[in-house]
Amino acid sequence: MMATVEQAQERPASMAVVVIRSPLVAWEFIRRWPVIPGTVIVLFGLATIFTTQFATDDPNDQNLRASFAAPMWNDEYYENNDRIDRRYIFGADQHGRDIYSRMVHGTRVSITVAAAAAVIGMTLGLWAGIASGWFAGWFDEIMTRFVDVWNGLPFLLIALVVSITIGTGLMVLIGLLVMATWVGLVRNIRAEVLSLKTRDYVASARVAGGSDFRIMYRHILPGVINLLMVLASLRIGGLILAEASLSYLGIGVPSRYPSWGNMISDGREFLDTAWWVSVVPGFCIFLVVMSFNFIGDWVRDRTDPRLRQIR
Amino acid sequence: MVISLIGATIVVFGLAHAKDDPINVFIRAEGYAIGPEQIAALRAKWGLDRPIVLQYLTWLGNIARADLGRSVGSNRKVTDILWERWPATMQLAVGAWIVGTFVGIPLGILSAMRRASILDYFLRAFALSGQSVPAFWVGIVGIWVFAVYLGWLPVPTFYGRTDASFFGQFQYFVMPVLVLSWGPIAGYLRITRSAMLEVLDSEYIKLARAKGMGYPRVVAKHAFRNALIQPLTVSALLLAGFMDGAVLVENVFVWPGVGQIAVAAVNDNDFTLLTGIVFLFTILYLAMSFVADLLYVVIDPRIRLE
Repeated sequence: MMATVEQAQERPASMAVVVIRSPLVAWEFIRRWPVIPGTVIVLFGLATIFTTQFATDDPNDQNLRASFAAPMWNDEYYENNDRIDRRYIFGADQHGRDIYSRMVHGTRVSITVAAAAAVIGMTLGLWAGIASGWFAGWFDEIMTRFVDVWNGLPFLLIALVVSITIGTGLMVLIGLLVMATWVGLVRNIRAEVLSLKTRDYVASARVAGGSDFRIMYRHILPGVINLLMVLASLRIGGLILAEASLSYLGIGVPSRYPSWGNMISDGREFLDTAWWVSVVPGFCIFLVVMSFNFIGDWVRDRTDPRLRQIR
Repeated sequence: MVISLIGATIVVFGLAHAKDDPINVFIRAEGYAIGPEQIAALRAKWGLDRPIVLQYLTWLGNIARADLGRSVGSNRKVTDILWERWPATMQLAVGAWIVGTFVGIPLGILSAMRRASILDYFLRAFALSGQSVPAFWVGIVGIWVFAVYLGWLPVPTFYGRTDASFFGQFQYFVMPVLVLSWGPIAGYLRITRSAMLEVLDSEYIKLARAKGMGYPRVVAKHAFRNALIQPLTVSALLLAGFMDGAVLVENVFVWPGVGQIAVAAVNDNDFTLLTGIVFLFTILYLAMSFVADLLYVVIDPRIRLE
C-alpha cells in the first residue's frame, strides 16, 4: 500500500492518469471524482426527461382502496390488506396516489422550474455584472446601489406580497426565483470584470478599434465564464430549496402539479400514520441539492482556489 | 441605509400597482356583489383616486410617522399587531443566532486545525447537509421523531408556551432553535474553516511556530482574530437568512411570531399587514448589517486606520 502511494506521487503532476495498482482503485477514483453526486444528478436528470418511462402510474390516478398503502418492503401490511392488487414502491398517499410516480413527476416540475430560473437569472446577472464593471460611472453606481437594496429585501416575504398582488402560478414562481438569483451574481462578476478590464489584451482590443459590445462579448465574457459556472453550480441547489419552500407555503407550484414542495406539504398532516408521503420527496430534495452543492464545491476547488471565499 | 429603506418602499409600492388597479387587492370584484358607488367610496377612503406620485408620498409620510395603516383582516393597527408578535420571533432568531455563532465558528476552527482528519470530513459533511436540507422538512420530521415517536421533547403547541418555569419554556425552544440554526451553523463552519486555513498558511503563523510556540497557543493568539473577519462580514447575510427561515420554521412549530401571521395574512388578503412585516424585516436587516459593519471595525484595526 505504501509503495503504491509513493509510486503515484513520483509521477509528474501533469500526467492526467494516475495508475494505482491496489484493490482500492475504485475507492481512489471515488475520492478524486464526484462519482456519487454525479450519478445522483444524472439519474434525476434522466427522470426529468423520461418522466413517463420512469413513472409506473399516472401521478394523479386515485385508488381509494390503497389509501395510505405502505411502501413495498412492508410485507406485514400487504399480507393484511389483500384487496390491494399490487405493491406501491414508496407507498401511496391519502387518495391512494402512487408516491413513487408523483415523486418522478415532481422531479420534472421541480428541476425544470429551478433550471429555467437558473438560466434566465444567470444570463441577466452575468450581463448586468459585465455592464456594471465595464461602463463604471453612473451606471455602475446605480447598479451597485440597486443590488444593495435588493439584497436587503426579505425574499420569502416579498414572495408572499407578490402572491397577493399578482397571484400565483408557474410563471410568477420562475419570475420570483429569477429575481432572487440575478442580484447575487452581479457583485462577483463585476469584481472579476474590474480586474480583467486592466489587462493588456483588453487595452489592445480597444486600440484595435473594438466597440464596447465587441470587447465585452469577445474578450471579457470568456474571462468570467469560469466564475459563472462555479456560481451556477453553487446556486442551483438553493433554487431547488427556494422552490420547495414557496410550494410548501402554498404560493409556489400550483397544487394541481406534483412538486416536491407540494408533496411535503400534503404529507405533513399524516406524518404519524404515513411518514412516506412527505419523507420521500424531502429526501429527494436533500439528495439532489446536496449533489449540486458537492459538485459546485468540487468545481470551485478544481478551477480556482481563489474562489474558496465565495460561499 | 436610508436609501435602502426608500428602495424597499418603492419595491413594495410598485408591487401593489404591478398588476392592475390596486383596489382589486382589497376587494375581489368577482367574489362579492359590490356596486360601483361602493367601489368609488372605498377608493376615496384609501386615497386611490389621487395621482400615483401623491399616493406614494402620502404613504411614505405615514410610514415615516410609524403609521403602517390598519390591518384589512382585523381592522387593528398594524403597528400594534407587530408589537405584540415581535418578541416571539426575536427570541427564536436570537436563540438561533447564538447557537449558530457559538457552535459554527468554533467547529470551523476545529475543522481547519485538524485538516483532512476524520473529524474534518465529518464536520464538512455535516455542513454540506445543513445547507442542502429544507429547514421546514427537518422541522416536520423532527417533530415526528423527537416529539411523537421518541417523546423526548414536547409537541409544539401555541398554549404550551405559557408554562411559568424556565425548563418548561426552554424545552419548547430546543427544536425550533436547532432547526433554524443548522443552516447558519453550516455557513459559519464553512466560511470560518476556509478563512482559518488561509490564515494558518501565512508567514506570521509559520514564524510563531518557528519560535517554538505551541499550536493551540498560535491559533488562539495569532490566527483566531484574523480568521474572524470573514465570518463577521457574512453574518448580516446569514441574519437575512434567519428571517426567511423564521417564516417557515414558525409555521412548522406553531410559533406565535411575526412569520406565522405573515402566512395567515396571505390567506386573508391582508396587504397592509404584510407590508408592515416586510418593513419590519427590512429595517431589522439594515440594522444588523450596520452592527456587522461596526463589529468589523472593532475586529480589524486596519479598517480604522483608513
